[in-house]
Amino acid sequence: MASRPIIEITHLSKIYRNDEVETIALDDISFNIDKGEFVAIMGPSGSGKSTLMHILGALDKPNSGTYILDGENVENLSEDELADIRNRKIGFVFQAFNLLPRTTALANVMLPMAYGGVEKEKREEIARKYLEMVGLGNRMDYTSNQLSGGQQQRVAIARSLVMNPSILLADEPTGNIASAQADEIMSIFQQLNEEGHTIVMITHEPDIAEHAKRIIHIKDGKIISDSDGHKQKRIKSKK
Amino acid sequence: MDYLEIVNEAVGTLAINKMRTGLAILGIVIGIASVIALISLGQATQQEIQNQIQSLGANLLTVSPGSLNKGAVQTGAGGAQTLTLADAQAIATSPQITDIQNVSPEYSRRAQVITGKTNTNTQVVGATSAYAPVHEISIASGTFITQSDVDGMRKVAVVGPQVVSDLFSSNPDPIGKSIRVNNVSLMIIGVTVSKGGTGFMNQDDIVYVPLSTAQKELFGTDYLSSIALEAKSPDLMIDAENQIGYLLLARHKLKDPSQADFTIFSQQDILNTATSATATFTTLLSGIAAISLLVGGIGIMNIMLVTVTERTREIGLRKALGAKKRTIIIQFLTESIILTFIGGLVGMGLGIVISLVISHVASVPFVISPNAVLLAIGVSAGIGILFGWYPARRASNLQPIEALRYE
Repeated sequence: MASRPIIEITHLSKIYRNDEVETIALDDISFNIDKGEFVAIMGPSGSGKSTLMHILGALDKPNSGTYILDGENVENLSEDELADIRNRKIGFVFQAFNLLPRTTALANVMLPMAYGGVEKEKREEIARKYLEMVGLGNRMDYTSNQLSGGQQQRVAIARSLVMNPSILLADEPTGNIASAQADEIMSIFQQLNEEGHTIVMITHEPDIAEHAKRIIHIKDGKIISDSDGHKQKRIKSKK
Repeated sequence: MDYLEIVNEAVGTLAINKMRTGLAILGIVIGIASVIALISLGQATQQEIQNQIQSLGANLLTVSPGSLNKGAVQTGAGGAQTLTLADAQAIATSPQITDIQNVSPEYSRRAQVITGKTNTNTQVVGATSAYAPVHEISIASGTFITQSDVDGMRKVAVVGPQVVSDLFSSNPDPIGKSIRVNNVSLMIIGVTVSKGGTGFMNQDDIVYVPLSTAQKELFGTDYLSSIALEAKSPDLMIDAENQIGYLLLARHKLKDPSQADFTIFSQQDILNTATSATATFTTLLSGIAAISLLVGGIGIMNIMLVTVTERTREIGLRKALGAKKRTIIIQFLTESIILTFIGGLVGMGLGIVISLVISHVASVPFVISPNAVLLAIGVSAGIGILFGWYPARRASNLQPIEALRYE
């Protein structure tokens, strides 16, 4: 492929030092993710997948190795520059949804645009568009605590999309919701992926990971398998 | 994010927890209210004292016997006996003294004043006709002491309205009635107009008698307790003071001012003393009030720290979504400034109400200086910045991963 991968990870290591004890969370790993991929990163707890997700999300820095996100080297960036990268290039979907409490779905979805300096007049229009896309057009004025887990996660997905990021980074996106609703979330991800969005999903559940096109297994900070040879589990779109 | 949005969001956040917001504001409200109330009370007292002292007579110089180096300012009877009527006449007639227009020799002492049934203890002042213009005394009915009353050593008296109400409560027109002072019967020939004032400055609780009558008939003395003089204009006060000083030194055969057996003080001196005393008092009270403001500020800081801890996850999320350090600082500072600003406004209103009540109850003038109000608003916003800074900083320094994990 001629175009550059959207994520380039080269010899990346992360070591936590706590008093005398050194914990190697990521041990010299390298991989690329191309534009338009839907990748699941799998592994048991303690495997280093959360650390990897933090680094991919520009929330944490590696000790060594390089991470190039959409052509920008994330190394040596200041805290505020990292905040800017997160705002423009990464759409987060968290396990615990992390919506602002007692705030409407619409206001939650508009928040990243406020930080990103999107013109005030355009914010609401964009937020409405994405809320409709995730099927919450009729619940925009509900506050987050009036919504079910699945609905909250859909608000979070809408929020992750408004800045038109390079990647969508989902951390156990179905961990806190009932399985029926989990299918809905996976269906939205697959649909987004078909539309060209690059999605990286961290999970420890194999049947969730199967919804992705490619699965990277990590254990003890190392990649133990990287395959796109499996059969993607498709959910029929309700539309 | 423009400032209006930040303020809107801060107001929304504060409105969510109304009880806590109210309690946090309360400290500032009490602080600002007490500062404003005490400053305005201090200023009202100051103005009241100034009014009273001014009402004693403008351009007034007073010569008292005794000197400052012997102790305090001499007042009333029983002071040193160094001033005589001859001194007063010399001041009035000397060609060297050009800046004085009225000379009022006085002898005053407290005495028991008796009518048939009642009696009162009051100030008895031996005066000449010059007393009324110098002290700005007006007559409500009858006449004041005249020169012929003094020359004839007549047994007459002019009384203040307080004396009238004390002695003749049933009869508001006492002219022609008689009162007894030290077994001498005096006929009332006039009543003065009320000038107000309280305590030792109450000019309505005075009995005026001719100076000669006071000296010879009532108290048996040749001396004066003071000489009051009226300068021709306020600008001439210092000149007049010097002229009189040199004349009296010469008359008393004293070589230099340090030996002076008399003291000259002007109305301005008294005013300055009283003003500086009340100013000190006001400063002291405001200082105490400022402490309560400080306590209020610490309350704000406490609440903001709790808020930061409580909203750790929210801060983490905001940072993950792209909020910069500065944005977080501004968000939390705005909240604390809004808290203290509202507290300042409410406190200002409360302070003004308290001042109004005090001015009614204590019958002092109602004074609110714009400076005090500006100060209060400025200080409350300043407290918001000062005590909001640390919690805001702490919020901005939270690491997003740690903050997101926080339970």
